[in-house]
Amino acid sequence: MFAELNELLGASPQRPEPGEFTLLRDSRTDGSFLVHHFLSFYLRAGCKVCFVALLQSFSHYSIVAQKLGVNLTAAKERGQLVFLEGLKSCLDLVFGEEEEQPGQPSPLLFLSESPSDLRALFDFVRVSLSAPGSEAWAGPVLLLDDLSVLLGLGATPVALLDFIHYCRALVCCQLKGNVVVLVHSSEESEDEENELVVNSLCHHSDLILWAEGLATGFCKDVHGQMKIIRRVSLQQAGEQDLVQIYQYKIQDRNVTFFARGLSAAVL
Amino acid sequence: MAAAGGARGRTSFQRRAGTGARPAALPGTRPALRHGQLLLSSGLPSLDCVLGGGIAVGTLLLIEEDKYGLYSNLLFKYFLAEGIVCGHDLFVASAKEHPDNILKELPAPLLDDTCGKELGDEAATVKSEDFQDSMKIAWRYQNLPKMEASPTPYTKFGHYYDISKKMSPELIQSIKWHSFYLHEEPSSLPKMKTCNMNGAYVRLLQSLQRIISQGGFDGSDPQKKQKNVLRIGIQGLGSPLWGDDICCSDTPEDVHSLTKFLYVLRGLLRKSLSACIITVPAHLIQFAIEKTKTYPMNINYLFHHIGCVFCFRVLQNKAIMERVTNLSDMVVGLESFIGSERETNPLYKDYHGLVHVHQIPRLNSLICDVSDTKDLAFRLKRKLFTIERLHLPPDLSDTVSRASKQDLAGSAKLLSSGCGAMAIGKKHLDF
Repeated sequence: MFAELNELLGASPQRPEPGEFTLLRDSRTDGSFLVHHFLSFYLRAGCKVCFVALLQSFSHYSIVAQKLGVNLTAAKERGQLVFLEGLKSCLDLVFGEEEEQPGQPSPLLFLSESPSDLRALFDFVRVSLSAPGSEAWAGPVLLLDDLSVLLGLGATPVALLDFIHYCRALVCCQLKGNVVVLVHSSEESEDEENELVVNSLCHHSDLILWAEGLATGFCKDVHGQMKIIRRVSLQQAGEQDLVQIYQYKIQDRNVTFFARGLSAAVL
Repeated sequence: MAAAGGARGRTSFQRRAGTGARPAALPGTRPALRHGQLLLSSGLPSLDCVLGGGIAVGTLLLIEEDKYGLYSNLLFKYFLAEGIVCGHDLFVASAKEHPDNILKELPAPLLDDTCGKELGDEAATVKSEDFQDSMKIAWRYQNLPKMEASPTPYTKFGHYYDISKKMSPELIQSIKWHSFYLHEEPSSLPKMKTCNMNGAYVRLLQSLQRIISQGGFDGSDPQKKQKNVLRIGIQGLGSPLWGDDICCSDTPEDVHSLTKFLYVLRGLLRKSLSACIITVPAHLIQFAIEKTKTYPMNINYLFHHIGCVFCFRVLQNKAIMERVTNLSDMVVGLESFIGSERETNPLYKDYHGLVHVHQIPRLNSLICDVSDTKDLAFRLKRKLFTIERLHLPPDLSDTVSRASKQDLAGSAKLLSSGCGAMAIGKKHLDF
């Protein structure tokens, strides 16, 4: 977890805010550093984390988490982390034999069955977060790396929004936990389905972290701009959302945030 | 002491076999500096520089083909040729050319002794620059990193190839290679779930998975001592020859076939010692929506009256390239100047096209090693293909050149007509 981002968000691992839906959004750049931040943040906070990692393998997250001071293998062994490796379970589904147990269908069943039914994935989330030993941990957290991949795999946007709605109802409202989701988007994107999903999610989230590439192009010292949008208008009608804009630079083990135009290279 | 050692069966003086031994390095690979991941050369050292050292094992390099596929074909061949020279196994899949013919056309490697003779004068000029201690006039540019364009004789990682010569058949026969030619494959029932994917893609995936598990590339065969890397090359994916109609119609039958294929391929690559290069005719996929741009009024009318479902279908194809980019690791686009006005433009006379790097992955780390130069161009000399930083030549003419000469003449005409008595000519000033 990045200490500067914690300060900006006003969050601390000792007391994570319950019941929050956080949307991570990136345009013209790679926002996966935010996923690594939240993964290590919630593991340090002692929450039970269900991580649906659709894009990269377990070893990738494990190596980065080690740099941030968290051991994913140990967390998996003590039951704190439930890791769904999308690539591996897709291979098991596609190339696997028919002898899978009838009570445990593959979470990515929508690939081979109907594309408008993400129920198997939701059941996986529900079972892992409300399993018998979960009360020992601080609060359940669902982390989804890359919702836009599901659209590419054939899920319809409506099915995807239904799935997120069910997850939110279960995790945020019923179990008083948190949900963090990463999506890709872009202003000049031609992907209408993706924009529909992203706009809808923006309306329903409590906190939006939007990482954008600089409009002026590539820069060695400033890797992008981060907008932190707190949806105060959801809680109190008539209030404006709080928007803060910072620029950031990603280093090997840390990400530094600074006000716009005040990067260390300029000062 | 000896008795205590003897009770265990061996003393501490004896070297225990296997525990202290370092694992045998895979041929043709080197570890990356930053995250220790194994890197392969793409066959073109200048492309390796652009990609941050090379292609990581387990990743996918997507090349967006140029308009006539000439230069992307070259990159494809370089990748395969590098695999042969390093002793890797090859898997070549194509629906256009038979893989046997592709392998016959590979460029011959430039060996160390011939390197100096063939490009002796170029190497000599490079050496003289190195001996230069400081620049006298352009001293601000002293510290800029030089992009490696000419071959240095002692590179172990990455080789240089001579396009004018073909690779010898003995060298090709020295490695094991597998081919997949779509039109010769038997159309038997696949043993895997098709997931509503295009039949050709399903067969390709099945063939790949079979080769990977039989060849032990995924570590499933512990008996195999000598591990090797599998280089996979797939040509022209997404073109109509593979049975995919995303290039030809705005409402393709199955929009998700290509992205599903890429996802399963990504899974196969990540769990095995392999690297893959795919060339995609991106210009054809994006062209399918160009037709709709000539009828903007109709689209708006329909949008208001039928609803946004129509718009989803019409603009689907450009979305495909975005999703394909998100699912690949490295994406490099080639834009050649053939047939465009840049071919005759004196600014670009040294180059044959531009290189756009759309995506570089951040594997096992928060950051990636990416070069600072974003303006890249390629050129094909008689024997060598290189990717270099784009240098525009200095503008040495007296007046502002390029397209504005006609504008100046036009405005001069207006001025002179305002004055009335002047002769209207094409010169700027006319007394």
